[in-house]
Amino acid sequence: MADNLPSEFDVVVIGTGLPESIIASACSRSGQRVLHVDSRSYYGGNWASFSFSGLLSWIKENQEKTDVREDGEDWRKLILKTEEAISLNKQDNTIQHVEDVCYACQDLAEDVKEAGALPKLPAFEASDTREAAQESEKESLPVQSQSLGTENCEISPESVTCNDPESMTERKDAEMTSERENLCDATSDQSALETGKTENVSTAEAAALKPKKITYTQIVKEGRRFNIDLISKLLYSQGLLIDLLTKSNVSRYAEFKNVTRILAFQEGRVEQVPCSRADVFNSKQLTMVEKRMLMKFLTFCLDYEQHPEEYQDYKERKFSEYLKTQKLTSNLQHFILHSISMVSEADSGTIDGLKATKHFLQCLGRYGNTPFLFPLYGQGEIPQCFCRCKALIDHFGQRISANYFVVEDSYLSEKTCTNVCYRQISRAVLITDQSVLKTDSDQQISILTVPPVERGQPAVRIIELCSSTMTCMRNTYLVHFTCSSTKTAKEDLEPVVQKLFSLNAETERESENGGGLEKPRVLWAVYFNMRDSSGIDRNSYDCLPSNVYVCSGPDCALGNDYAVKQAETLFQEMFPKEEFCPPPPNPEDIIYDGDGTQPEDPGFSSSSNAKTEPSPEESSDGDSCKVSEEHHEE
Amino acid sequence: MHGRLKVKTTEEQAEAKRLEREKKLRQYVAATTAIFEKRKMGQLDKEALELTNQILGVNPDFATLWNFRREIILRLEGEGSPEETQSLCRGELSFLETCLRVNPKSYGTWHHRCWVMGHVPHPDWARELELCAKFLESDERNFHCWDYRRFVVQRAQVPAADELRFTDHLITRNFSNYSSWHYRSRLLPQLHPDPRQPGRPTEAVLLKELELVQNAFFTDPNDQSAWFYHRWLLGRAEPEPTILCVYVSREDSSLAVAFSQPVVVTPGSCDLLLFADEAPLAVNWRTPDGRNRPGLMWLCDLPASALNDHWPQHTFRVQWAGGESQKECVLFKGRSDGWCRDSVTEEQVFRCELSVEKSTVLQSELESCKELQALEPENKWCLLTIILLMRALDPLVYERETLSYFDTLKAADPMRSAYLDDLRSRFLVENSILRMEYAEARVVDLSGRGLTVLCHLEQLPLITHLNLAGNRLRRLPPTLAMLRCLEVLELEGNQIETLEGLPPLPRLEEFSARSNRIQRPSDLRPLASFPRLRLLALQGNPLGALPDAQSQLAALLPRVEITLA
Repeated sequence: MADNLPSEFDVVVIGTGLPESIIASACSRSGQRVLHVDSRSYYGGNWASFSFSGLLSWIKENQEKTDVREDGEDWRKLILKTEEAISLNKQDNTIQHVEDVCYACQDLAEDVKEAGALPKLPAFEASDTREAAQESEKESLPVQSQSLGTENCEISPESVTCNDPESMTERKDAEMTSERENLCDATSDQSALETGKTENVSTAEAAALKPKKITYTQIVKEGRRFNIDLISKLLYSQGLLIDLLTKSNVSRYAEFKNVTRILAFQEGRVEQVPCSRADVFNSKQLTMVEKRMLMKFLTFCLDYEQHPEEYQDYKERKFSEYLKTQKLTSNLQHFILHSISMVSEADSGTIDGLKATKHFLQCLGRYGNTPFLFPLYGQGEIPQCFCRCKALIDHFGQRISANYFVVEDSYLSEKTCTNVCYRQISRAVLITDQSVLKTDSDQQISILTVPPVERGQPAVRIIELCSSTMTCMRNTYLVHFTCSSTKTAKEDLEPVVQKLFSLNAETERESENGGGLEKPRVLWAVYFNMRDSSGIDRNSYDCLPSNVYVCSGPDCALGNDYAVKQAETLFQEMFPKEEFCPPPPNPEDIIYDGDGTQPEDPGFSSSSNAKTEPSPEESSDGDSCKVSEEHHEE
Repeated sequence: MHGRLKVKTTEEQAEAKRLEREKKLRQYVAATTAIFEKRKMGQLDKEALELTNQILGVNPDFATLWNFRREIILRLEGEGSPEETQSLCRGELSFLETCLRVNPKSYGTWHHRCWVMGHVPHPDWARELELCAKFLESDERNFHCWDYRRFVVQRAQVPAADELRFTDHLITRNFSNYSSWHYRSRLLPQLHPDPRQPGRPTEAVLLKELELVQNAFFTDPNDQSAWFYHRWLLGRAEPEPTILCVYVSREDSSLAVAFSQPVVVTPGSCDLLLFADEAPLAVNWRTPDGRNRPGLMWLCDLPASALNDHWPQHTFRVQWAGGESQKECVLFKGRSDGWCRDSVTEEQVFRCELSVEKSTVLQSELESCKELQALEPENKWCLLTIILLMRALDPLVYERETLSYFDTLKAADPMRSAYLDDLRSRFLVENSILRMEYAEARVVDLSGRGLTVLCHLEQLPLITHLNLAGNRLRRLPPTLAMLRCLEVLELEGNQIETLEGLPPLPRLEEFSARSNRIQRPSDLRPLASFPRLRLLALQGNPLGALPDAQSQLAALLPRVEITLA
């Protein structure tokens, strides 16, 4: 089948990161013939998610960067005389300083393998072998997955099914309900525990209070429960990505959970930030007057543009200075600056701060009590959502011509990028045994910003994921650290890790003599630096032909707006007259030629088969059918 | 090509929609016709049930069809075994659930559910509670569902503590919820009754609630629901009506009874009994305006025998509602009248908005409201609460401060300035009455207070002189007739346009209506039935400009000395 790959396309997209995937999907929806390829053995580029063993292989790969074997010159024959070749990078240079540390008990770790995993990811082959993913063409049916088959197993079928569970199409509100039930259960559990505490704590209860000890062996064994993102982001409930997902109906391929807590780190203590109206009302830590001050300021931020007189004099000043002039206690200033606006204390202006605060507030309440959503199974799901209904094919050297080429930055050769000045992102990923802030429920998704100790240092963003996000095994938490780099990731982040976590998993802790504020333990950690190729002017690339468009890798920001905006901009440059990711046609409006008429909706269907949950956005029958067609069974 | 897709055009979509709608309409009409046919024929069977399913499933507000279903269920219930009835009702309940999803606020559907739950042999109340919780989760203000929940709670005898926890849960999620707050005000007195005040919870509970509601209004001071609950918390049990004053007049041969609250005396009933010298006396009670609507004063005419001068004194005792309140007054020989009344100060009657016992609580509430007001200087709810708290604490001590808060409040809430003027007038009248009480006077000076309304006249049945000069009154209320002893009324410098509707004042002799807005002599017609009016001052009214005003007035009020200019 690979032989049948057409040699002419409208658009060739190289890379499967978020902006490339969006562009490929947008082009395909507007009827272009699209070839979407990726030389990596996994989807997503630096937007990818890995199981634990997958991440270990990725770490190994990046630690032992093998010299690239010079490939054959066969391809040169395919270049026409009038053409000039732009060679693409064969090696990923975007990741540096990878360092993993295991703190958990490592007994028997040698011969344990991840259940159901392939022994190893296949070695990275520096040949012309390309695993190509072909986006549905004009002629093919987008509603049907037309599997062309795979000739080799660079993508294991397991990993595909693992990332594509049927449950992903379940509705969000159903999810919310179950979440609430969880909370209820947790509350009753807690009260049971508390009564236990007041009496003499029985051994069983004491055991229940202590976190279960997780060994490295268990982590490896349960490795498939992990979906570890290379880049850590959240979706703003009102933002370009959510708009795009819902408008284009791609959202049905993913399921989300609301971030449950916004946390702050003050004076060595982690505490919850009240940000919604209900939070402020229920908060026990704020005084009455603080409640009013906070609500008043936040209400003002919601339409600050209408009251320029309130901030006119501080337009040129820093947001942190402006906050000092408002009727706010220092506690509240900290919350607003670091946890709500999340802007830099050192260099963000008043307007930036107000704008960020407003955005945060506008996102509240759309899907829950915090402004953020996290995709189940990890951020790596999102680019894949845009690549659904995709046939996989493998392809060897063939001349393919197209009008437009979209290339992810890391594919460009060093020569092309000589003059480009990249920033770096420092990342750490921790597997821990407890939450940084224990509460009634152990299923919390939290975001915490730790402000820098010294001026000029970046703030560190921490996202703590619980096991119900399907990114880590039970009784563990996956904690992502992100900041823009000043040094290596470990130098940047380890001091913050130490503030919040204990690195001595083995030694029995001093908890016996008081058991007060016990830090959660780190079981395993990895540090690495990732290239931040966002915000690069096209002109800084050398000799880029006009029909080659460059996509960035992930940026350091919390949201995904940069990638979406870039995808839309590039798409509009290529196809100024086309709509960007329009909604797909309603299944009822699709006429199947020659299939005769579709069965009609009786309209007066009997009530017995009515759905159990009231929901206005319930997907139509056509949708659910579509989903079942695409569902790959093992 | 086979299997290729084509997307319908907008016209095609519209056409498809139109055809669909037409088809639905045809089916709807056909089913409705069939149902009425069956009802006419008395065919109360499963098929009829099925037909109504189709219609009610799309339009649950078709009340007639619910009635028909009840008829069918009653018939089937009579025919089948209890097990069959059970399963019939269960089917009905699940059908009702789908209807509620179509329209969660349909009267007919909720009503039918109540009815079915009353009929099902083994009702599952726990499930019904859960259903309510679900519907209230998606819309906490669905009062239909609140009603149904109360029905379920009552039938299933759900403990009040459980229901209180339920309101906790809802308020935690969103405190802008009148229903939940209101529900608490019903549950708390049940759970923690105050032995001294029926219908009120204990002080310890009130303090906890005050903290909760403070959280709400500090978080969002513009949310009314919390303020209303706050007012309830600081309020007190509604007092029963009592008799304030009994006044007997030999000259008018009448007896007047003033009450603390409006009451109705049904003719021929034993609500209000009169004993003259300990013998029951049958009389006809009426209100001063003759309309016999709920009122604060009831009058009766006395027979000459009850007032004769043979005895050194006559004792009149009135009894209200079987003796819950009674009063006695004595008319001595040679005196023209006699009375008995409560002193206003003793009973603190005007503080009924908020309770008096909790003055330390009130003081601390006042402080936190002032704290809030410092942050929210223009919040009307906060300002109003401050005013009410000050009145509850001490109306006279806080009088000046209250008046300045009224000015701020009027500026902050101009839409309600008329309401606020009236409220302010009421408070000023109350304060004057309180002061007057200390002096035991029968002369009341309410001049120059900016009054827009007259109230609490039931407290003044004995006054002889009333000075209302220099206020903003536009009319005199019919309740003015409660002033049974009033001889002099000064109304100079108001905005009175007419006296229409004013019942006669039996003792009024001098009436000054100078500098008002009376335009026509006919506006003064009620004065013709004032038996003792001697002097009428009308200088500075528009009617003075009429050429024949003097003659018209002379014709209208022949025995009155009128000054026009």
